[in-house]
Amino acid sequence: MASSKKPTRFRVVGKAHRKVDATAKVTGVTRFADDLFLPRMLFAKLLRSPHPHARIISIDTSKAAALPGVKAVLVGKDLPIPFGILPVSQDEHALALDKVRFVGDPVAAVAATSEEAATEALDLIAVEYEVLRAFPDALDAVEHPEPAIHDYADAGNIHKLIHLEFGDVDRGLAEADLVREDLFFFEGNTHLPMEQHAAVADWSPPPDGKLTLWSATQTPHYVHRALAKVLELPAARIRVIACPNGGAFGGKSDPFSHEIVVAKLAMITGRPVKITLTREEVFYCHRGRHPTLMWVKTGVKKDGAITGMHFKSLLDGGGYGSYGVASTYYTGALQTVTYHVPRYKFQGARAFTNKPPCGPKRGHGTPQPRFALEVHLDKIAEQLGMDPAELRLKHLVPPNSLTANWLRIGTMGLGPCIEKVVRGSGWKQKFKQLPYGKGIGLACSSYITGAGLPIYWNAMPHSGVQLKCDRGGGVTVFCGSTEIGQGSDSILATIVAEVLGLHPFDVAVVTGDTDLTPVDLGSYSSRVTLMTGNAAIQAAERARDVIARHAAKKLETPIERITFAEGRVFDVQEPERGLTFAEAVQLAEAAEGTVGTVGSYTPAPSAAKYRGAGVGPSPAYSYSACVAEVDVDPATGIVRVPKIWIAHDVGRAINAATVMGQIEGSVYMGLGEALMEEMAYRGNRNVVHKIPSLLEYKSPTTLEMCDVVTYVVEDPDPNGPFGAKECGQGPLLPVPPAVANAVYDAVGVRIDEVPITPEKVFKALRRKEKGEAARFGPARFPDIAWPEPTRVAPPWDGGDGRAAEGGRGRKKAAEGARR
Amino acid sequence: MLRLPSFTYLQPKTLKEALAMKADAGPDGMYVAGGTDLYPNMKRRHQEPRTVISLIGVRELTGCEMRDGGCAVGPCMTLSDLCSRPTIRQHYDTVALAAGLVSTPLLRNMGTLGGNLCLDTRCNYYNQTYEWRKAIDFCMKKDGHICWVAPSSPRCWAVSSSDVAPVMVALGAEYVLVGPGGERVVPAARFYHNDGINYLTKQPDEILATVRLPAPDGWDAVYHKLRRRGSFDFPVLGVAAWVKWEQGAGSRERGQVVEARIVLGGVASWPQEVPEAGAVLVGTDLSDEGVAAAADAAYRPAKPLDNTDFDLSWRKQMTRVYVTRALTELRQRRRPARK
Repeated sequence: MASSKKPTRFRVVGKAHRKVDATAKVTGVTRFADDLFLPRMLFAKLLRSPHPHARIISIDTSKAAALPGVKAVLVGKDLPIPFGILPVSQDEHALALDKVRFVGDPVAAVAATSEEAATEALDLIAVEYEVLRAFPDALDAVEHPEPAIHDYADAGNIHKLIHLEFGDVDRGLAEADLVREDLFFFEGNTHLPMEQHAAVADWSPPPDGKLTLWSATQTPHYVHRALAKVLELPAARIRVIACPNGGAFGGKSDPFSHEIVVAKLAMITGRPVKITLTREEVFYCHRGRHPTLMWVKTGVKKDGAITGMHFKSLLDGGGYGSYGVASTYYTGALQTVTYHVPRYKFQGARAFTNKPPCGPKRGHGTPQPRFALEVHLDKIAEQLGMDPAELRLKHLVPPNSLTANWLRIGTMGLGPCIEKVVRGSGWKQKFKQLPYGKGIGLACSSYITGAGLPIYWNAMPHSGVQLKCDRGGGVTVFCGSTEIGQGSDSILATIVAEVLGLHPFDVAVVTGDTDLTPVDLGSYSSRVTLMTGNAAIQAAERARDVIARHAAKKLETPIERITFAEGRVFDVQEPERGLTFAEAVQLAEAAEGTVGTVGSYTPAPSAAKYRGAGVGPSPAYSYSACVAEVDVDPATGIVRVPKIWIAHDVGRAINAATVMGQIEGSVYMGLGEALMEEMAYRGNRNVVHKIPSLLEYKSPTTLEMCDVVTYVVEDPDPNGPFGAKECGQGPLLPVPPAVANAVYDAVGVRIDEVPITPEKVFKALRRKEKGEAARFGPARFPDIAWPEPTRVAPPWDGGDGRAAEGGRGRKKAAEGARR
Repeated sequence: MLRLPSFTYLQPKTLKEALAMKADAGPDGMYVAGGTDLYPNMKRRHQEPRTVISLIGVRELTGCEMRDGGCAVGPCMTLSDLCSRPTIRQHYDTVALAAGLVSTPLLRNMGTLGGNLCLDTRCNYYNQTYEWRKAIDFCMKKDGHICWVAPSSPRCWAVSSSDVAPVMVALGAEYVLVGPGGERVVPAARFYHNDGINYLTKQPDEILATVRLPAPDGWDAVYHKLRRRGSFDFPVLGVAAWVKWEQGAGSRERGQVVEARIVLGGVASWPQEVPEAGAVLVGTDLSDEGVAAAADAAYRPAKPLDNTDFDLSWRKQMTRVYVTRALTELRQRRRPARK
């Protein structure tokens, strides 16, 4: 955006504003999906599989259908068309067609006049299963290709295999003064939004033939596409309305069984149908963090300069594909964007297992490798006798550069971030100097500001905005983006207000409604502020141009002197000569008709052209540095985190208050992942989820939340709206490794695994006492038959971003779109 | 969301009326006080009463007064109320502390003393929805035949998870029960069974009518709770330690223990008293050696199983640490100056 580069004094941007949806949220006025009640509405419940892996032999629904109050019963064959978020893994059915793949997989659905009747009916559905061997974890799935969980996979039960090599890593390692190998494990965890998923469907029978779905979703556009496909309805006859989300964090970004089921039930019964999942069912929807086993080998010079890195990851994907192919690429994509890695090799595998599917959770596939990398570097720094902060500062990726895997870095504020937390925390006085039991640790990270490529291959914009100026002086902005609590509605209002010289509350925001709003791909990958923001700037500037033209004529002033501020349109050199914004709109409307404009945004093409380069490229990368202080009780192994200092390079804060909120919220979530959260299953008891409840799935309460000192680093990025980059996901990433490094500083044991539970610390301390390796973590990475690597020469080896052999550039994405 | 099944809700005003209602309802009737234990359990179909008789409006079950040197507490007092009562805070601070450690402030505003003392035993094979339990073919505590925690065991190993009950047993409190046949008094220790299913000696139609706390005369007690988080969580280990100090001239200087009880919560189906641990403390001044011997004695019989939060071997290890810490606190309360 041309305007974003202009040095401007902002009137609205950068200040702390109340979110446009805040009052409604805190007064209980917001209507979430579960608050909707339509006349004659029915209630749906899902029958779920009690087996982790089984073939369905028969289903008898006759007794359920005969129960008073029951209006319809559905089974898999009523919705036989598969769907899935990625074109390459269309492997889900609304209700299991012939197989179930985890305890909780939906098998049948009932619509009844009450939730009680629907629940009672579930118990009357008789399903006969042929039980199959179940796979409780990725290692088991890697070692046993049969019975295959899916009839498609790269090998046996390995869903996806990736092998990318950027330069000759062996040569790089040979040049090193020190080569170090480490193994890490990051346990799976879930989003835990306060709002459970809910959806309501309404059907107007032909000749209207129109379906409306209200749903708690982050991605109404993708839900729209999935409904059209599975229900075989024209997309033009489907309206998807994304309700305000009571939290999502990535857990509401797939099209879900229950959304399709209520739509079909509404079509069959001719009545509105609603479903609200129980908390336990939300655990079965999951799509959370992949449990990931990692192996990393890095060569460094004496001064810490990396000469080469080889990284392997094995992801436990659960029963379906979801975003898993992308997640797997993400575990290998961003290792190169913080510290200079001249040669880099990545091998990634994702296994199918008989558990709820994993997918995108805040940080999508990158917190796991970031944990590994930052703890690995801490160990390297110790071996080299270097301060870990100094090591990092010395080898930062330069701004405006390309990485070995062809990611284009723009602004790069990690250096100032490290300096802020080092100074703020008193790092130099504390590191290695605190009494036994107290420790301090540092870690950094980076995250994408929006995926550079869409989920399905297309040449259209990633985000669109329409803008309408009312002759009363109000402005309405329409955009397909979805408010999930992150503040995206406010961003639209703020940006439009900035350009048109209004107050954000003068701007009405209409979002997430496929009938009313132009497509935005959804609230995922930290893309919304940058992409909708740029689209909104374009639309607002176009409106400003139209209005300015007529205001200039009226004021008899050159158009260059027309300025918009404080709800007025005036001559910047003679500010008393002006019009109210409403008067200016009226002039434009009288002259040209309705004042309405559009804006859209498409990221610039990526420099990376090899197969697999769909994941990693982004218009801008955010950076974070974090210092954590811990208290470790050596008698129990209990770790408490009293304080965290975090600095985040956000490019430019659009709303100073919500940026702080996103950073602190990320710290909170990262702390939960670092210390206690885990998706635990009982592998020996039918692979049931051990603790699918808010009480027993342990997430920090306010009492466990640490004090947070937040530094917002602003270095405007030319690709961001007014220079803004993301802040909703990146600040989570450095928290787990900072805590792990601090635990080592406190008691001298390495916990190479999250969550860092008291049991693990206690065991490692015992080992240390006995003179064994003072460590808790995984012992091996399994042998996997990797495919031949896609070899891509890094920029400094004369590459052009394409694979030397075996790479097919963008063709992969095109293939995916065709399925 | 999970729905409560339909049931009849009755609100007696007197004990007599409550007993009559229970007699009418028969085995399908259950008493409820705050409901913070029963209603979630009913949602998961653990208990399926057709008639629920609320004791919360029964006047005889409320209040708290010093009587005969001790204190009589009405079991329908909420936990929030209990931990803020001046009488309790002044004379029975450990009761107030334990009550204040139960769950969250919101649940303490509803949950009662009696409810916590009669808390259903807990197990993460049992505290699950009907659909979840179906996937493991249920367990012997409800709808099934096996104990998944110890599949060869003839008994259920669900865990006593009350914070206040171990304190009551340690203090030697007495419970007054009122049933169709009249009134009886049982020591707190005799109120519980070490069986996950039949964990109370109380008959289903009996009502816990009064909790009698002993006179505050020369004893002291503390309670330490281990759990994942600082709020919300049930104990995975509770240590209630009670000692009676030697009385009379010069006894403070000698500081000898004449009687002691250590009771563990969260490690068995009842509040588990460890008499050996109490015995080794007698005659000591809670010296480091005495404390270590007691911690060792408490460690040996503690038998946590894999049915709560945390791994069981760590929980067993923690018995030693938490008993040591509880006894050290008792020593410091006696002689704050020393150490």
